[in-house]
Amino acid sequence: MLQRILAIARNTYRETVRDKILYNLILFALIMILSSIILSQLTLGNEDKVILDLGLSAISIFGMLIAIFIGIGLVYKELEKRTAYALLAKPVHRYELILGKYLGLLFTLLVNLAIMTVGLELALLYTGSIGLGGHLRVLPAVYLVFLSLALTTALALLFSTFSTPALSALFTFFLWLIGHFGKDLQNFGELTKSAPVGWICRVLYYVLPNLANFSMVDSRSIIKTAGYSSAIDPMAVAGSTLYSILYCAAILSLSIAIFMRRDFK
Amino acid sequence: MTIGNIRSVHPAMVVVEIENLTKDFSIGFWRKRPIRALDELCLQVHQGEIFGFLGPNGAGKSTTIKLLMHLLHPTSGRARILGEPVDKVSMHQRIGYLPENPYFYDYLTPAELLTYIGRLFGIRRSDLPQKVDMLLESVGLAESRNLQLRKFSKGMVQRIGIAQALINDPEIVFLDEPMSGLDPLGRMDVRRIILSLKSRGVTVFFSSHVLPDVEALCDRIAILNKGKLQEMGALDDILKVRIEGYEIILSGSRAEALEQIRTMCDEIRPMEDRLHLRVATRERMRSVIEFAFKHELDLISVSPIRRSLEEHFQRVVDSRQWAVGSGQ
Repeated sequence: MLQRILAIARNTYRETVRDKILYNLILFALIMILSSIILSQLTLGNEDKVILDLGLSAISIFGMLIAIFIGIGLVYKELEKRTAYALLAKPVHRYELILGKYLGLLFTLLVNLAIMTVGLELALLYTGSIGLGGHLRVLPAVYLVFLSLALTTALALLFSTFSTPALSALFTFFLWLIGHFGKDLQNFGELTKSAPVGWICRVLYYVLPNLANFSMVDSRSIIKTAGYSSAIDPMAVAGSTLYSILYCAAILSLSIAIFMRRDFK
Repeated sequence: MTIGNIRSVHPAMVVVEIENLTKDFSIGFWRKRPIRALDELCLQVHQGEIFGFLGPNGAGKSTTIKLLMHLLHPTSGRARILGEPVDKVSMHQRIGYLPENPYFYDYLTPAELLTYIGRLFGIRRSDLPQKVDMLLESVGLAESRNLQLRKFSKGMVQRIGIAQALINDPEIVFLDEPMSGLDPLGRMDVRRIILSLKSRGVTVFFSSHVLPDVEALCDRIAILNKGKLQEMGALDDILKVRIEGYEIILSGSRAEALEQIRTMCDEIRPMEDRLHLRVATRERMRSVIEFAFKHELDLISVSPIRRSLEEHFQRVVDSRQWAVGSGQ
């Protein structure tokens, strides 16, 4: 089973690295990270913060774009072009195809995040004031971005099993957007006077992905800004890891359940 | 060309068994209504034979094959391959499948595609290069092994499709329209591959529109129309029972004999010093031959006029369509 999933993952990775869209996105991300050096010259004393804010945002946004644009096509393209037909007639379980595709794209994201992180570290090295500790503290921030992208990819894959790429992109993007405002939804639910609205907000808060969990490490905690008490808490990072794993498992299970029932006409 | 080892053949053994297989599709967006693509299909395929699955477009051929490959879920009925239900994934280790109008990952080269598929079958990495080379050689793609599939012609894609269906040395191969998109030379190659599979005891189940290929290759056929089985049996039996008359060729004819023989035949064509006669029944054929001996005419040949599979297929499909139309 594992061998087949890995073979599919390997082929998915190969598919994505031979796709031009990926290189365009990485190029844009690197240009944005490097341009943060120029922007940082406009500020006084906060160069690292500007580079980090822009760099981490670029990694997060371009990572999201890669996850969505490649994720939505993962299963849809296989069915549209009927490449999955020959594959599923082999001794391959349908869930193996879903898991293999997912793992393949995760690996692509990992490689891309690594490239973008190197770009960010180089930009930080250019200003040269955050020291080795600061450079290392970038890594948990990127790791959390990766977890949020793992979740976004799972959502894109879910929509890809039953919807067209355009709709899947739209659904995934909105969930990604809403996911960053989960806390506001919860607050709104607590503040509202209407019981049903409060109840709906609470349900939505728990059901929708809470992507705000993954931005706890920001430029201030990396630079260790004075008076800002946001040291990186390993327990919180572990909690976010667990949350991401469980949420992805639930979304992938749903994707598999839908994919198992499908007829490939 | 040889691919893999020769299997022992037991002719009576049933390897594909379809019982009352039915498939409905829903159409319409708001008010969904079912359309029956396959209606209570029953058929059996024996080990080692080449089984031809015929029918016009939309007859349900691909639907049947997709149900066998478990790409579709049946509405009712059941199907077994090699004694196992079709939804048993491990059974697929022993079969091969070429989809209709196949399309493969166009960013891969043939060697990469076959290696990938080979890995899905659990073939050892060390055994794969040799196997891939042999398969590419057998389907005539050895020279294009490092060319990306996006640069392939339709015929080349069809060939790589056949290669991927054979990588696991299957006991049965399902080929959905294997001749489509191939030029005459390509068709000859596919015929050669199919016959080579049969010689090794591999069962071949293939659907086709190209009736001369079916006629040249198949042991048994089934004709499907509008989702229903119209006819099934040995190709020889189906065509043998439909002798439509006899052609008799005589020579040395004399004028008075010619006049007399004209009344006994349905059709008469003088060709140089020979007479080509056509009679409808066995009795008439016998009386013409007796007449020829009596009048010292030379009998050159007597041959039954059999309906070609193409004519037979056309009549089966047309008559049912007519019957359906007149019944409405």
